[in-house]
Amino acid sequence: MELALIVHLLVVFTIYGILAISLNLVVGATGLFNLGHAAFYGIGAYTSALLVKAGVPWLLAVLTSMATASCVAFIIGIPTLRLVGDYLAVVTMGLGEITRAVFKNWISLTRGPMGLPGIPHASVLGIEFDTAEKFLILGVVCLVIVFVVAERVLYSPFGRVLKGIREDEAAVQALGKNTYRYKMGVLILGSAMAGLAGSLFAHYITFIDPSSFVMWLTFFLFLIIVLGGLGNNLGAVVVTVVFVALREGLRFVGLPLWLNPAALQQLIFGILLIIATIFVPRGLIPERKVVYE
Amino acid sequence: MEIFVQLLVNGVIAGGTYALAAVGYSMVYGALKFINFAHGSIAMVGAYIAFVLVTMGNVPLVPAFLGSMLLTAMLGVMVERVAYRPLRRAPKLASLTTAIAVSFVLDAAVMIIMGADIRTFSLTGLRSYQIGPIYITPVQGAIILTSLAFMVGLYWLLTRTKLGKAIRAVADGISLAEVSGIDTNLIISAVFAIGSALAAASGALIGMDTNLQPTMGFIITVKAFAAVVLGGLGNVWGAVVGAFLIGIVENTGVWFIPPVWKDSIAYGILILALFLRPSGIFGKKEEAQVTVL
Repeated sequence: MELALIVHLLVVFTIYGILAISLNLVVGATGLFNLGHAAFYGIGAYTSALLVKAGVPWLLAVLTSMATASCVAFIIGIPTLRLVGDYLAVVTMGLGEITRAVFKNWISLTRGPMGLPGIPHASVLGIEFDTAEKFLILGVVCLVIVFVVAERVLYSPFGRVLKGIREDEAAVQALGKNTYRYKMGVLILGSAMAGLAGSLFAHYITFIDPSSFVMWLTFFLFLIIVLGGLGNNLGAVVVTVVFVALREGLRFVGLPLWLNPAALQQLIFGILLIIATIFVPRGLIPERKVVYE
Repeated sequence: MEIFVQLLVNGVIAGGTYALAAVGYSMVYGALKFINFAHGSIAMVGAYIAFVLVTMGNVPLVPAFLGSMLLTAMLGVMVERVAYRPLRRAPKLASLTTAIAVSFVLDAAVMIIMGADIRTFSLTGLRSYQIGPIYITPVQGAIILTSLAFMVGLYWLLTRTKLGKAIRAVADGISLAEVSGIDTNLIISAVFAIGSALAAASGALIGMDTNLQPTMGFIITVKAFAAVVLGGLGNVWGAVVGAFLIGIVENTGVWFIPPVWKDSIAYGILILALFLRPSGIFGKKEEAQVTVL
């Protein structure tokens, strides 16, 4: 394998790693069934791409894209987080599709299915991340920041309440916690992280179109966090490495022509997810048990 | 005005197909308190079975339709046995995850076997009838009649037969049904068989009216679920009303906004409904308020 390909895979890994960790906070730690993660990712990508194209510095654009993703999460959270998880699942799924419809049909802004080409490279304080190697540094820095933040959150009093909500929300409410606020907090945080990943993606590939933000991506991330151990960030990161390699690797296996590679990949991952949920429900690296004195 | 009436009729036709899919959804939710995200994909498989029987097996339309319902019922029972039953006592997140995985596996399998291209039944020799200002194809007439017939049949089944009584008992409380001597596993299998057969009917009718695509299941899932939520989760007749409402609103909505947004209307209604009346039109208020996933 060439070095360039390895660098590219590593960059893809950093972006997916951020996505997996952020979804893990929302789904794995808190148990909120968020099926619209790809939408927050897409909102981040489009916001950032459009702003930088309009001349805004990347650093400001990435913050704005995180804020935009958070705002959408907040609005979606108001009606759904007070209800059973099933409702959140379907509304976030709907959000995912509406967002994609907006990307596809608001042609004057997003150019629709033709996508946005020529997105400038990310640059911070005059340093331009215009090669894959340079971008890898940026990606790793962002991944580490997200990882540390997620770990800090999980093992803080806030994170304890989140896990409590996942295990038994009524019990946490009985302890006097306003669970709605905690759920809103984690949804906003997770969406902001997804927005960051979206911005990184847009300025790395320098081209985005609606097909990058399909529900299939959310599903792929679900598989990663279920296999990695729900609520375990390290597990999510490890499985992301394996999966990104596997997914790209499948492209090089000589498949018969009639076999649709995307469908085959979907079939394999789907079966894996069913097996994983039934037989290894706690994942390959189970969540750390923390005992408080 | 004439166009509006035509749009209204189109809405009723769409509503009929959604209703067929939605009642099965609602019954499964009633029995297991879990959203079967694979329901739309099961409908899609039903559509393809009918398609294969008609175009490749040269089976006449009506026997092919019934055959597809029978085979899809068996598929539904099998899916429940393999993917859902082992997880019945697991956290809800687990069964929701496998349900999504099942839908991806079914979509991918059909895509591999039948290809990703759009297929049509090419029902030649059928001409539209004109009733006053309205045009209606024989398939559309069949949709209205079949959905009405199945709704009446289902009503009879649920209220007048022993099986229906058992299904309602399981929906009221599975443990209580079990201690009263009801074989709950058998009843749940029956629920999946009936729901999947009706889903197949929905898929096959949509396929005959428009076309078939391996990804059509996702849209059916969303529309049917929106109908179920609108009508109140677990309330079978609420789901029927919700289905017709969504069909009518999205079709007459084309009168006011560009048709590319047609599919987004269902999500819009859904989110709006959750804001205004979270428990649905006919749902019991307390059911939606329990916030345990």
